[in-house]
Amino acid sequence: MSAPAINETRKTKLPQRLPIVILIAVLIIAVVVSCAVLGEGIAPYSPFLQRLGVGDTPPSAAHIAGTDLLGRDVLSRVIYGARTALVGPVVVAGGAFAIATLLGLLSGYLGGLVDSAIMRWVDFMLALPGPLVAIVVVGVAGGGYWTAVFVLVVLFTAPDTRIVRSAVLEQRPLPYIDAARTLGISKTRILFVHILPNVLPIILAYVVLDFAFALVNLAGLSFLGLGVEPGTPDWGRMLFENRNILFSNPVALLLPAGMIILTAVSMNLIGDWLLERFAK
Amino acid sequence: MTGSGVVVFVMRRFAVAVPLLLIISFGVFALVHIAPGDPVRSLLGARASDPATLAAIREHYHLDDPFLIQYFKWLSKVVQGDLGVSILGNRAVTSTIADRLGVTIFLSLMSAVLVLGLGVVLGAVGAFRRGTRLDRAVVMFGVFGISSPAFVTGIFLLYFFGALLHWFPIFGPGTGFLNRAWHLTLPALALAISVMAIVIKITRAAMIEELDRDYVTFARARGLSSRRITFAYVLRNALIPVVTAAGLIVVGIVSGAIYVEVTFSLPGLGALTIDAVQKRDIPTIQGTTLLFSVFVVLVNLATDVIYMLIDPRIRFGRVES
Repeated sequence: MSAPAINETRKTKLPQRLPIVILIAVLIIAVVVSCAVLGEGIAPYSPFLQRLGVGDTPPSAAHIAGTDLLGRDVLSRVIYGARTALVGPVVVAGGAFAIATLLGLLSGYLGGLVDSAIMRWVDFMLALPGPLVAIVVVGVAGGGYWTAVFVLVVLFTAPDTRIVRSAVLEQRPLPYIDAARTLGISKTRILFVHILPNVLPIILAYVVLDFAFALVNLAGLSFLGLGVEPGTPDWGRMLFENRNILFSNPVALLLPAGMIILTAVSMNLIGDWLLERFAK
Repeated sequence: MTGSGVVVFVMRRFAVAVPLLLIISFGVFALVHIAPGDPVRSLLGARASDPATLAAIREHYHLDDPFLIQYFKWLSKVVQGDLGVSILGNRAVTSTIADRLGVTIFLSLMSAVLVLGLGVVLGAVGAFRRGTRLDRAVVMFGVFGISSPAFVTGIFLLYFFGALLHWFPIFGPGTGFLNRAWHLTLPALALAISVMAIVIKITRAAMIEELDRDYVTFARARGLSSRRITFAYVLRNALIPVVTAAGLIVVGIVSGAIYVEVTFSLPGLGALTIDAVQKRDIPTIQGTTLLFSVFVVLVNLATDVIYMLIDPRIRFGRVES
């Protein structure tokens, strides 16, 4: 939503320093990333270590977050779960925007038939109920983490293409493009050397927002039993596997659920903040 | 624009919706072939694989015909209301869907009321108190809603209001209107929170834009009451963008309902779909997917028509940008 021009003078100037909320969000993401990278180093137990005799127990001194049905340490599984929570969404957001940037640049700059063809495809994709398509296609294809990632890349590319295209359309009438064309610079060079750097900040902001959306979607598919393989430590999968121990060890559900929300909220806040800064 | 102009507009939208529906039906049909392995095996399910049964399945689904012929034969049956037979219970998919439809409709309507009611109020409050603590809280709630999918919110609600406080039942859909509403309160709330974020964001942005317009300043200068300005002018204009987002809201509710039904173990269409996906019951998946998608396409169509009827600027082709 861009504010009308009349607002420009009234709008209060954005503070230049990092708002405290964004600082907290960055810190949370840093913690999640360290969990994913350090895994073995900080997890108190192996996330796969089963102790069937113990079963599901509430939090205790030995297991801060308790254990699940198979006696596995919940905290260790949540720490390891940061991996699938980061890798997939990074691939989805990065992959979708890599394709969308190419299509959006071509569509926005070349116009004509290329533009119509790409935009008809985008319109079609946006008319589909995306989350439902993801569930059905991933499920029928036999599930799996990378299948889910692939389907989400395809689904995310359409709206992302529209975003890149409209960013490119804003650049097109600017004098520097005319200047470049007058100098006889090739279309490819104008697209990738002159336009791309100017639309990159906005793309970056949307990549962050896409990450949050992809995290929520992937966790959802794993929650339905369609994402990661059984046994994999994954926040969504933990909600699926532990749904019957809500009474004996609620932490086994509330901790991964809280991590999904915290990570997604943080990324959404960072993305919104970047967008506000970069989109004028 | 005259009455015939409206007809032309509706016809033009239909001209887009029909091919879309055809492509969707084709995709749904192709699901049998996306499934890994031989389609006959996918359709066989748990039945014994003797040659007679296999031949009967090949015959019933016309698997020996060319792909496009198979599709047209399948489509002509679907149009007549025959979605095939579940591979699990040997029961007509349409009658299974009919059994499950009630819970899903109840849940979706309940959360739609919450989404629109609370969403518009919160968005409007945020816009009126722009820049204050209250506004920041509303914006933050919106970010929270977008970031917490219905199944995650559902687990928190289930734990705090179901398991800890015992305010609401944690299992089953209930019987009778009031009992059902009581059983479905938490699921509807979980579903609503994630979808409400869209409505809050759109209402707030639209309200802020409308409040800055000259006609509001003029109305104030003329001494019209704040209440009149808000409800008679500003809110009416600000709700137009919300109407155009109806498609987005419906997709959110419909797909969110799938997750919520699984979270709260409700016997609705969404739970049926997931059950069918896990058991590879292709005819049932095709049936529910087709129903959901057709519904979404029709809602989008209706949205465009309603949008045109409520906003005269569209009808007279005078809308900027």
